[in-house]
Amino acid sequence: MDFLNSILIKPFADMFAAPDFLLQVLWEGLVSGVLYALIALGFVLIYKSSRIFNFAQGIMVVFAALTLVGLHEKGVPALLAVPLTLVVMFCLAVAIERVVLRPLVNQPDIILFMATIGITLFLIGFGELIFGGENKVMITEQLFIPTGSFEFEPFGGFVSIEQKDLTAVIGAVVLVAVLLVFLNKSRLGRAIRALGDDHQAALSVGISLSTIWVLVWFIAGVIALATGIVWGARAGVSFALEVIAYKALPVLMLGGLESVLGAIIGGLAIGILEKLFEIYWGQPLLGGNTETWFAFVFALIVLLFRPQGLFGERIIERV
Amino acid sequence: MLYRTAGQFKTSYYADHALFPVKQDAWLLAVILVFAFAIIPATASDFAFNALLIPVLIYALAALGLNILTGYAGQLSLGTGAFMGVGAYACYKLITIFPELNLLVAIALSGFFSAAVGVAFGLPSLRIKGFYLAIATLAAQFFLVWLFEKWAWLYNYSSSGAIQVPNINMFGITVAGPNATALTQYYFVLGVVAVVTWMAINITRGRIGRIWKAVRDMDIAAELVGINLMKAKLSAFAVSSYIVGIAGALFVFLWRGAAEPNLFDIPLSFRVLFIAIIGGLGSILGNYLGAILIVALPVIIGTLPAALGLPISSATVEHLNVMIIGGLIILFLIVEPHGLARFWAIIREKLIMWPFPH
Repeated sequence: MDFLNSILIKPFADMFAAPDFLLQVLWEGLVSGVLYALIALGFVLIYKSSRIFNFAQGIMVVFAALTLVGLHEKGVPALLAVPLTLVVMFCLAVAIERVVLRPLVNQPDIILFMATIGITLFLIGFGELIFGGENKVMITEQLFIPTGSFEFEPFGGFVSIEQKDLTAVIGAVVLVAVLLVFLNKSRLGRAIRALGDDHQAALSVGISLSTIWVLVWFIAGVIALATGIVWGARAGVSFALEVIAYKALPVLMLGGLESVLGAIIGGLAIGILEKLFEIYWGQPLLGGNTETWFAFVFALIVLLFRPQGLFGERIIERV
Repeated sequence: MLYRTAGQFKTSYYADHALFPVKQDAWLLAVILVFAFAIIPATASDFAFNALLIPVLIYALAALGLNILTGYAGQLSLGTGAFMGVGAYACYKLITIFPELNLLVAIALSGFFSAAVGVAFGLPSLRIKGFYLAIATLAAQFFLVWLFEKWAWLYNYSSSGAIQVPNINMFGITVAGPNATALTQYYFVLGVVAVVTWMAINITRGRIGRIWKAVRDMDIAAELVGINLMKAKLSAFAVSSYIVGIAGALFVFLWRGAAEPNLFDIPLSFRVLFIAIIGGLGSILGNYLGAILIVALPVIIGTLPAALGLPISSATVEHLNVMIIGGLIILFLIVEPHGLARFWAIIREKLIMWPFPH
């Protein structure tokens, strides 16, 4: 009984006993959820348009943030470093398309997936070689991101919201809105979606595969930079950020590999749930640090009931 | 001339399915075995044993286990490292609970633990497919590594949180632990690897192996012709995890000597996956070729600059190493997506024709 009580009743009693703390936990979860959603979004774009399971999205986040900070360290003003980093990400997109993807067109999925792991390793080595492996501080102030915090006192308690987190959430919402408008209204956006629906048909109406691939990888690079700035402002810039790359995977699993909406909702859900689980169940009952696996196990359980994720396309199989 | 098959008549169906349908293959294997069992041990240094020979064998065994799952049964797994961990921790608990237990028996038994865990995490494969399953195996990866860290019983409540291999005697010879010589460890590993490989070859070319391949190529079609998908997939997970678990036990007991939970983290899983893919999915030989490449490469890259007299710091070498391995993976996938084993198959075909190319 005692055991059941500690699982089923006590955590909820704790939540109601300290609603201000619960609010704080939910906010923290929401912010990390937004970041997971952003990484997953870069991933979904690439998967949608080319059926490539891009394992390198996480390392692109690190690489973009490192390039930005590294350029600034070399004396480039912060506001110039951002467009320069975008140029680097564009070059990266072109290079990946030319060197890796073009020769591997029509290979099985697992080969392309392995190739993106190859890209991951290459970028880790390359990044460390150029910028060094040590931890760096994100140039938050130079980019005019506010660093103070708002404090509230709801329910007679105390909740603090960091301004940079708020900026991150607003920035992410704007980015996603722009992206959705681009995908749904612009010519190129429609071309990307056409390519995702049917390669052959898109090619036959004159959509250029390589242009779209470069474009998609570049957009993924832009998203990576945005994620890198925000996450770097929270946790510093280092290759330890790699672990957040893995977090995008259960988000994708939950939301479905080809759904933009799924990536966003999945990201928010996982961000919030894993925080709640860690604080109310993980730390008192399991010794903490459950955030390493909670998202995966949760997504796995959901997947048992919906094998294509919550918003994924129904898998139709024929012999 | 080297591979002349003229005169080697197959007069029965049984002969056509022999382990070595071509006589020269048997000779080649004999030569390799003589090298592995006699010539290499007689000439190699301790450094070669510890840095090259033993790891190659162990990684090849782990890749063999993964290859059965991914290459033969078509279920992509990213959790190999954690299953190796299960084997290692099971072996450690067996050895510390029953100190009189023969190490060979302990290793063979520890495989069953990882097989059980593998089947448990393989259950979702009945509903989940492709990349969704690959991510699902990551759940095993992260959960198990977390468990190794938090469950103090597993490492006997030691303060460091690591497992330490004690000196283990077998028939009066120290085979594992700090006092064991590299030579005995090599022979031990070689023996285990040879036996498991022989069994794996026979499983994969037999009835079960053909069932796995049918599931890999198209599982719905396989189900329609009467294959029990559940049995096929779970047996693949069981056999694969069993071999991976044995490899994990060898990895810690006969090579590393000690292990922390994060040793079995995701880079280990990926290294084994690289070996399986670069070697060639669905090939037993490929695992060895891939392991030789992946193990030897960092050693070569590490010693080459010094040998050439180039002043490069060790950190730079480490970064270059990661970069080069990443680049090589891409290069290999572009040049030969079927892996090193395919190269050997091409060479063999050429040798059969040689010296007349048509």
